[in-house]
Amino acid sequence: MATCLCDAFYDDVARATVEVLEYLGCTVEFPAGQTCCGQPAFNGGDWEASRKVVRHTVKTFAGDVPVIVPSGSCAAMMFHEALLEFEKEADLPEIEAFARRTWELVDFIVNGLGIKTWPGRYDAVVAFHRSCHLRGSKSGEAATTLMSSILGVTLVPFGEGEQCCGFGGTFSVTFPNISGAMGDLKLDHIRKANPSVLVSADMSCMMHLGGIAEKESKPIKTQHVVQVLRDALKNANLL
Amino acid sequence: MKTQPIDQFAAHLKADTRAAVYDGSKKGYDARIKTLFDHFEDPNRLRVVAGEIKQHVVENLDTYLPQVEAKLKANGVIVHWAATAEAANQAVLDIMRARNATKMVKSKTMVSEETGLGHFLEKNGVECVETDLGEFIIQIDNDHPSHLVKPIIHKNRRDIAMSFEKHGLGAYNDDPQTITRRARAHLRKKYLESDVALTGANFISAESGRLVLVTNEGNSRFCLAAAKTHIAMVGIEKILPRDRDLALLLNLLARSATGQQLTVYTEFITGPKSAAQPDGPEEMHVVFVDNGRTDVLASECREILRCIRCGACLNVCPVYRQASGHAYRSVYPGPVGAVLTPLLAGKNFPAFADLPKASSLCGACNEVCPVNIPIPDLLLRLRDRAKQEHIPSPGTPPMGPWAVLASRPMIWKTALTGGKAINYVSTKLIPVPALHTWENKHSLPEWKGGVFRKWLRNRPAKSSSS
Repeated sequence: MATCLCDAFYDDVARATVEVLEYLGCTVEFPAGQTCCGQPAFNGGDWEASRKVVRHTVKTFAGDVPVIVPSGSCAAMMFHEALLEFEKEADLPEIEAFARRTWELVDFIVNGLGIKTWPGRYDAVVAFHRSCHLRGSKSGEAATTLMSSILGVTLVPFGEGEQCCGFGGTFSVTFPNISGAMGDLKLDHIRKANPSVLVSADMSCMMHLGGIAEKESKPIKTQHVVQVLRDALKNANLL
Repeated sequence: MKTQPIDQFAAHLKADTRAAVYDGSKKGYDARIKTLFDHFEDPNRLRVVAGEIKQHVVENLDTYLPQVEAKLKANGVIVHWAATAEAANQAVLDIMRARNATKMVKSKTMVSEETGLGHFLEKNGVECVETDLGEFIIQIDNDHPSHLVKPIIHKNRRDIAMSFEKHGLGAYNDDPQTITRRARAHLRKKYLESDVALTGANFISAESGRLVLVTNEGNSRFCLAAAKTHIAMVGIEKILPRDRDLALLLNLLARSATGQQLTVYTEFITGPKSAAQPDGPEEMHVVFVDNGRTDVLASECREILRCIRCGACLNVCPVYRQASGHAYRSVYPGPVGAVLTPLLAGKNFPAFADLPKASSLCGACNEVCPVNIPIPDLLLRLRDRAKQEHIPSPGTPPMGPWAVLASRPMIWKTALTGGKAINYVSTKLIPVPALHTWENKHSLPEWKGGVFRKWLRNRPAKSSSS
């Protein structure tokens, strides 16, 4: 799954996902009928609308191969949140089966494929924003495990790392003052750590933080974890 | 674009207040992490077990309530049942009138805030004095608590010094020790004059009928030392199955709330004073309060009844930190309040249906909850309920048309490619209010719809678009 955000804005993240998975020996299929995971309506409280989209997604990804998502929040939508809104629906078993074969990308690489170290080289001071949908999952640790094994990467911690960046989907436009203040605070902490790149496993957080930084004319370089992995391979001519 | 009420409240919050709330919350959070993770190898396991115990109680209230009533009666306690806030307040007033009592000292209890007991008693000619320092300050200021365990988190010491001066408690002095000493001198008299002491209960054991109170100021001990009658107002969900469960719950409560191993005082009360005891209340009453709790039990959000009112979810919540507790228009603020308030409101649900929206769904509340309440899931269930009940939600973009688009792949693909227009025209011309709100604070990334799909189609690699 490319996620609609990468499909619309972050084509290079989708591309890096394909390149990295292929490097690891996977064959990537991209069902062209895919749209969105249904999360915007789910979070917005319109579960009826969300279920329509989830059903479309499940149909589009029919089969038994793992579904890999380069976004913690879309992955969590599939393996946790969709189950809530389908509790009383007759097709719950199909949603559950789909949830069981859905993986967040970095979790899949580390815990699915068993890759614990990453080759190549990437000279950067990386601030890793552990996005909220990685809470309680193995993805955050997976991302730091992989990145810290890359030659040239220095991971820097920053203040209040456990706090949300303030994006929250429609929250960013229905609570613009609070969302913006949360974003400002996150950016303050990140800038104090002085990274050369801000990395996350969710491009939605990066769209929010990067968007604020750019609007302030103090842009900050943002990347998805998978772009770091791909660039490390490229820099060492492994790709 | 019209934004949500809590967001508007936050936008107008005084900088001083925001700073006080932010600092107080953050301190609570940091202290919690330290004591929990320094003392326990796997505190998350403890949270899960505590959650299971409380969930067991919630699922078996029909068994535990008669059991605890029988134990309390055997211990010499008079038990009252109140279905509503009004009935609970009336029960307290009736007990006082039966004893010709006119003066009450009160230790901190959230359920009495919920029922509005203090104002009710004052209206009925009873002097009712809050003895917890924070609640005392709230009372003299005619203010409302804004946090479950730190009711005056929104005030700084200068605010407090000014209100002490205003209410004749001494000339302006913002030294915390002086403030405390003055409150103490004032309250000592009140303890001695009182007829009745009112407390809450943090827990009641169904096994022994033992009532447990935790405080840091010792004020509940003073309350109970002088008064002849003790009334405990208790929500029906406060039961624990066995005394031994207290070991786990007390360890989690203080650490989660204030980062203490234990509160300074932990009192176990098993009834009125015995013949062998020189002092203490001669009469003890427990008023069990429902006030909507059985409706919560019947809802799809019953997990919220596990709550032990520690305030950890407030402390960690980024929305609470920005908006303060008063933004929630309820005695229960923050994430727990955003779930509990609309549920306890009963028919008045629509008036509070915006509260569950006040979350980025970051999940931090669930991560710190000592009884592992899945707060984000409950917020989402309430959002769904609000939508089903057709309650308007300011600023929320309509999702129906979006869902149609997102379940028709051909139209979706066209929109993906066509969306590129946004790169070339002024977004001011696009009639989507959410987009304009976004652009007040953020740049919009360049639209790249279709680029990835084209790359995938045009490459001679093994992966493919199917």
